[in-house]
Amino acid sequence: MNRNRVARLTTAVSLIAAALLAAAPISAARSEPDAAAKIRLTHLLVQDCGSCHGLTLQGGLGKPLLPENVSDRSAEVLAEIILDGIPGTPMPPWRGLVTADEALFLAETLKRGLTP
Amino acid sequence: MSELRASRRGLFRAAAAGLAAGTLPSAASAAPPMVRGTGDLGLVVERATGSLLLVDTTARAVLARIEGLGDMSHASLVFDRSERYAFVFGRDGGLTKVDLLTASIVKRVVQGGNAIGGAISDDGKLVAVSNYAPGGVRVFDTETLEMVADVPAIDAKGAPSKTVGLVDLPFRTFVWSLLDGDEIWIGDFTDPRTPKITKFPGIGRLPYDGVATSDGRWYVAGLFGEDALTRLDLWTEGAKPEKVLAGYGKGAEPLPVYKMPHMEGWGSAGNLLLIPAVAHHSVLAVDRDTFREVGRIAAHGQPVFCVARPDGRQVWVNYAHPKNDTVEVIDVPSLKVVHTLKPGPAVLHLEFTPRGHEVWISVRDADRIDIHETKTFRKVGEIAAKSPSGIFFTPRAHRLGV
Repeated sequence: MNRNRVARLTTAVSLIAAALLAAAPISAARSEPDAAAKIRLTHLLVQDCGSCHGLTLQGGLGKPLLPENVSDRSAEVLAEIILDGIPGTPMPPWRGLVTADEALFLAETLKRGLTP
Repeated sequence: MSELRASRRGLFRAAAAGLAAGTLPSAASAAPPMVRGTGDLGLVVERATGSLLLVDTTARAVLARIEGLGDMSHASLVFDRSERYAFVFGRDGGLTKVDLLTASIVKRVVQGGNAIGGAISDDGKLVAVSNYAPGGVRVFDTETLEMVADVPAIDAKGAPSKTVGLVDLPFRTFVWSLLDGDEIWIGDFTDPRTPKITKFPGIGRLPYDGVATSDGRWYVAGLFGEDALTRLDLWTEGAKPEKVLAGYGKGAEPLPVYKMPHMEGWGSAGNLLLIPAVAHHSVLAVDRDTFREVGRIAAHGQPVFCVARPDGRQVWVNYAHPKNDTVEVIDVPSLKVVHTLKPGPAVLHLEFTPRGHEVWISVRDADRIDIHETKTFRKVGEIAAKSPSGIFFTPRAHRLGV
């Protein structure tokens, strides 16, 4: 099976899964971002998340996001916060700028910690 | 003396040569001070590498790189009134005194856990730092960097608060806002050991930054949690904060804010202030006396900085992620966008030469500073910089409220 067909199939599966399980955890049918996307997302995390949370994620206007600060929340919960923001606070929803899979990658990166 | 000058020229020729070869001297630290004026010098924050570039705005050149300043995300700095020394406020709570004439660090202290900015008193003796952690404002002697006052920001409900929008006012006074506490505080540090603090609670939800008008009359706090701003008359005894521009975003759905606007450098042009509309793609033109909206300029994105050219005839605007590849120029008499630049992703800051004939623009993701003429908009120069953010030129030393 070539890669395009796999991608199409994955998309189809995601769409069906999304339609059937609107409230299901977002990891239900995930496709991992590719290497280029991971570089772009890590840049986004450092620079643009970093503009409020600090370049080293030790906090600023926004809360610190080091592994010990996010250990009480699952990657799925963190991904939902990234996608939907926190109403009533300056944390904006990133949905539209990052996909659910990309948000999960960002959340997992936070859990693991940025390695220099 | 002439020998020293010659050797300094030699060093700077070497610096220029090193630049061309992709290396920069940081050896200047051991050198004696160079003999030259500082009125056309500046510092550029290299946010990811904890370094500063010392730049010459006449030569449009880098003179040296100064390293070892810690976490410089969101770093800012002020100059003392001699225009020889800079005080740099790092995100990691570092307060660093830098000597422009030797291109070196004079002294560095870590004064807090997480800082957001600072200001210097009119007599040049005190530097104040605004902290996220532990919160509050700390004041230091500019000679020794010893702490002379610590003012925790405990709000009317007894909770500690992050502080923002710290600015200097005449007569050893600083003003700041309590982000979580919704208050404005004025601190008179005439005697820093016994500062006189005046508190104004309940000024509006989530003040995210503050600015003083260039005459020192008004302190204005931007509110993130409300569709309004709050201003305080600093010339009138007993004045109370008042909400202004209430409902300026009415009729349009607020957009998510991916980068907080900055109020520093607010375009003050004649009788107008040009200010960013939070969560909207527009710049507001406001009467400086009444704070009534007199015009609204449709913009490329959500404005971050609206900076007036020193003569007030133009205001240059940059934008928040994901529209941060663009700079627009607003002509103040007509309130129209008259020019658009596309320097590339992540335009973070801009700074005018002292009388505004040129502007320097930091383009973070291109590792570059662009220099444009402001009359023709033509690009006249470019400087390599690592992940540049804030650009600061020495004439700031003589401006109030920066």
